[in-house]
Amino acid sequence: MIGSDVEDAVDVATEAIVSVRGVVKRYGAREVLSQVDLDLPRGSVTAIIGPNGAGKTTLNKAVLGLVRIDAGEIRFDGRDTRGDIVHRARIGYMPQTPRYPDAFTAGDVLTLLRELRGPSARIDDELIAALELSPLLGIPARALSGGQRQRLNAVAAFLFTPDLLLLDEPTAALDPVASGVLKDKIRAVREEGRAVVITSHILSELQELADRVVFLHEGRVHFAGTLHALLDRTGAASLERAIAQLMQHSRRPARAAEVAVA
Amino acid sequence: MSAGIAASPSAPHSAMASRTPAHAQPARASASSALPGQDAAPSVVGTVLRHEWRSVLRNRGVLVFGLGTLVLTEIVLRLTGSAPRALSSLLNLVLLVVPLVTTMAGIISWHASREFNELLLTQPVRRRALFVALYLALVLPLAVVFALGLLLPMAWHRVIGPETSGLLLATVGSGVALTFVFGGLALLIGIRVDDRLRSVMTGLMVWLLLTVGYDALVLIVSTTMADYPLERPMLALMLGNPVDLARTVIILQSDTAALMGYTGAVMQRFLGSATGTAAAVLGLLAWIVLPMLVARRSFERRDF
Repeated sequence: MIGSDVEDAVDVATEAIVSVRGVVKRYGAREVLSQVDLDLPRGSVTAIIGPNGAGKTTLNKAVLGLVRIDAGEIRFDGRDTRGDIVHRARIGYMPQTPRYPDAFTAGDVLTLLRELRGPSARIDDELIAALELSPLLGIPARALSGGQRQRLNAVAAFLFTPDLLLLDEPTAALDPVASGVLKDKIRAVREEGRAVVITSHILSELQELADRVVFLHEGRVHFAGTLHALLDRTGAASLERAIAQLMQHSRRPARAAEVAVA
Repeated sequence: MSAGIAASPSAPHSAMASRTPAHAQPARASASSALPGQDAAPSVVGTVLRHEWRSVLRNRGVLVFGLGTLVLTEIVLRLTGSAPRALSSLLNLVLLVVPLVTTMAGIISWHASREFNELLLTQPVRRRALFVALYLALVLPLAVVFALGLLLPMAWHRVIGPETSGLLLATVGSGVALTFVFGGLALLIGIRVDDRLRSVMTGLMVWLLLTVGYDALVLIVSTTMADYPLERPMLALMLGNPVDLARTVIILQSDTAALMGYTGAVMQRFLGSATGTAAAVLGLLAWIVLPMLVARRSFERRDF
């Protein structure tokens, strides 16, 4: 059964920059993450896929410490992240909806982040040039278009050469040129041995970039493994078809339960 | 950190990068084994505060509030011709407008910058430090423009003397204290109530309750229970309202007892000026600290 194809944790633990074990997160009575086990290996691009409300963003935020987990543990490079802030200096985060204070300029945002990271932060400002952000650095954030804000968002995420990048819908609102630049950067980061996690609904893009796939549904991991393994096991020709099959599998128990109740 | 990653060089400068303005040009760091969060943490409050301060100076709302206070003080001074009478006339500015402006500014700015605060929390920053920075970034500019708006016309007209300094200090101090009190309350409401509209409505209700409703409630209780000795309960009730406390601090420095609310009158009668002022100031300090601590705790435990 596809739903049981969760990867062997021991196999990847030595290479994993992030290990998630038995993580549970509840909002009131609703369990948005249920016993999630997961490894994010270095030198890989992992796509986290799932329908709306599957728990993708919550999982990202749990790794970042933005949401407090109710059970389980998250380890970053072997260290428990609970109560720890140091590991965040090694994470770059690109949220889905970038919003900056109206009176801040794009330059203010980057300067503030740089000062918060401290003088020892290693800077990679390649994207400032590649995404042509330099002319926008003096402009107030309120005057930036959605695409320009997303470019700023991308620069902020990659700026400190993080060991782990969490990208939520990274190419949303970007024009094809900027989108291409960002994809090239993601590939380059993977080649450098760093880990990238992408959450996106554009499956064709994920197939292009990701070498690993995690499928979440109703807070549970229904598949975690390589893209090739997923395609092999489902017999699908594309990620889109493979995910469609996973969704059908993951919904089956619920439907069976509904039938049983009826 | 793996050796391979630690050794990876920063990307080379490109022609485009050289056009980056000096203020935004990131400093290139030497390869250091120290984790960035370790040297960044102690200066978080100062760093965020400095940037927020610059942002506030470009914010028209705060400047309009300061300018409005200044113009109003100037007009009242010209009309009354004396500092004590002008300060008495400005009592409602301190007791009503300052809490309202602070509450609304706090709630609106919290919701407007929620996503940005989220981004800041993904940096190696402790929540407590960020909260302190956000709190100070809210209340300090408002307190400063209020104080300047009141003091500058007074200094310009040279009406600050030994007779007026006590009342002036009480008025400015109470206004600043109420800014801190309602700044804490505003952040608490913003943090606890996710929906922006509900948050604003809650803020308005709290403001209305503390500026008007509370004294009316106390008056109703005191008239319906007039046959009982209510002095001590009244004093305790007064401590439950920062606006009453601020009013008492100001009024006790002036002779305008007629303007006092019921609880303030009780305060003056039973405690006398010096003790009453000390008790009210302590009460105000408690009102500054408690909402701020509760808001900080909520911020530290909140899921973003």
